[in-house]
Amino acid sequence: MVDFGGWDMPLQYGSQLAEHHAVRRAAGVFDVSHMGIVDLHGTRARAFLELLLANDIGKLTVPGGALYGCMLNETGGIIDDLIVYFLAECSFRLVINAGTRASDIAWIRRHAHIFGVEVLERTDLAMLAIQGPAARATTATLLSDHGAHAALDLQPFCACAIDAWFVARTGYTGEDGFELMLPVADATRVWGELNSRGVTSCGLGARDTLRLEAGMNLYGNDMDEDTHPFESGLAWTVAMKSPARRFIGREALEAILAGGSQRKLVGLLLEDPGVLRRHQTVLVPQLGEGDITSGGYAPTLERSIAFARLPAAAGDAVQVNVRGKLLNARVVKRPFVRFGKSLVH
Amino acid sequence: MSKFPADLKYTKSHEWLQTLADGTVKVGITDSAQHALGDLVFVEVPEAGRVLQAGEPCAVVESVKAASDVYSPVTGEVIVGNARLAGAPELVNEQPYDAGWLLHVRPAPGAATTDLLSAAEYEKLLQTEGD
Repeated sequence: MVDFGGWDMPLQYGSQLAEHHAVRRAAGVFDVSHMGIVDLHGTRARAFLELLLANDIGKLTVPGGALYGCMLNETGGIIDDLIVYFLAECSFRLVINAGTRASDIAWIRRHAHIFGVEVLERTDLAMLAIQGPAARATTATLLSDHGAHAALDLQPFCACAIDAWFVARTGYTGEDGFELMLPVADATRVWGELNSRGVTSCGLGARDTLRLEAGMNLYGNDMDEDTHPFESGLAWTVAMKSPARRFIGREALEAILAGGSQRKLVGLLLEDPGVLRRHQTVLVPQLGEGDITSGGYAPTLERSIAFARLPAAAGDAVQVNVRGKLLNARVVKRPFVRFGKSLVH
Repeated sequence: MSKFPADLKYTKSHEWLQTLADGTVKVGITDSAQHALGDLVFVEVPEAGRVLQAGEPCAVVESVKAASDVYSPVTGEVIVGNARLAGAPELVNEQPYDAGWLLHVRPAPGAATTDLLSAAEYEKLLQTEGD
């Protein structure tokens, strides 16, 4: 068990490698109840989210849609990354990180107040992520016929309410699957029923290696309040084409864009034997140094991979100082793995 | 439950040492050490001929969670490192006292060792460490 944002959570239930492979090949279930669920209600909720998020809430046109994006501070630093679900015209749901929960809520309330938007923390809900090629079909067997139909009809990155549950086709593993938000009282029973249907219990360790292979950032490792989206591989989540969008942090990002981002976040593939770890130094020929922000062993690839923040002009060939030895690594596109298949050549 | 064969000696830093009939020794990490590390994914063993001092880092074991140094319990020369581990680090998890050995050492005459514990003493140490 480890402390994670104030929650006691298991790193693994059995073998972390076996949990990882179960998600790539069949299905695994993660208890992600540490994530914060925050509902926003109010006639000006959409206008509020326009200000709060660097991604464009206008992309959510149909209830049930979901959008990934960042909350920025005035200097363009990332306060948190989150998913927003469009529930109804005056109603949205945010899923935020555990470690930033208290500061996020304070930030959200401070601005929501101006828009008359009600902020409601849903501590009555647990959250389970069921991920893997068999995840959706297996989860559907827990639902009524009508509910199963609705769940299986969901498009990627869409969600719907099914009885007392909220079922989203989202995740953090690079596999298909659902994230379920359900009453706390249901969670233990559902966990057991998933286990009895062959879904493997998975801990934080497998969650980390799966998201690393999937090329997904972890808040606190790969970005924080001192880094901006352009140096965090998150430019795709910043919508600033329309000059009318005045979200918090926009002016700072415009200044950064005008000067050009000095750093970039890239994927690294270790070409020598060994394991890349967070905080190791990356040597970039002629340009200086960078840092590994997340690293480890990639069970699907059977080699080590990492994310690294490097000088923006860095080329493909770099070296990493691994326990005093310089090992060769190659800059590659993220993700490394998607839907069980290696994308690394 | 972790297991500690009575014919081996143990160190406070969780290595085991087996003295063979010819006086040479095999070294590995204990069952409780491999269990604490979790699934091993990379093992680096020393080259043959390297001379080790007792207490010197002589190998690296890396699991999904972390990297750890292994310390030589004895002063001597490396006869061979376990080459199988390069392709199968999981042998250290599966058979820590057998196929998962790390290095084979020829102790120097009258060689120094680190403090060596019996199986019973090692188990007591683990209890005091709250394992």
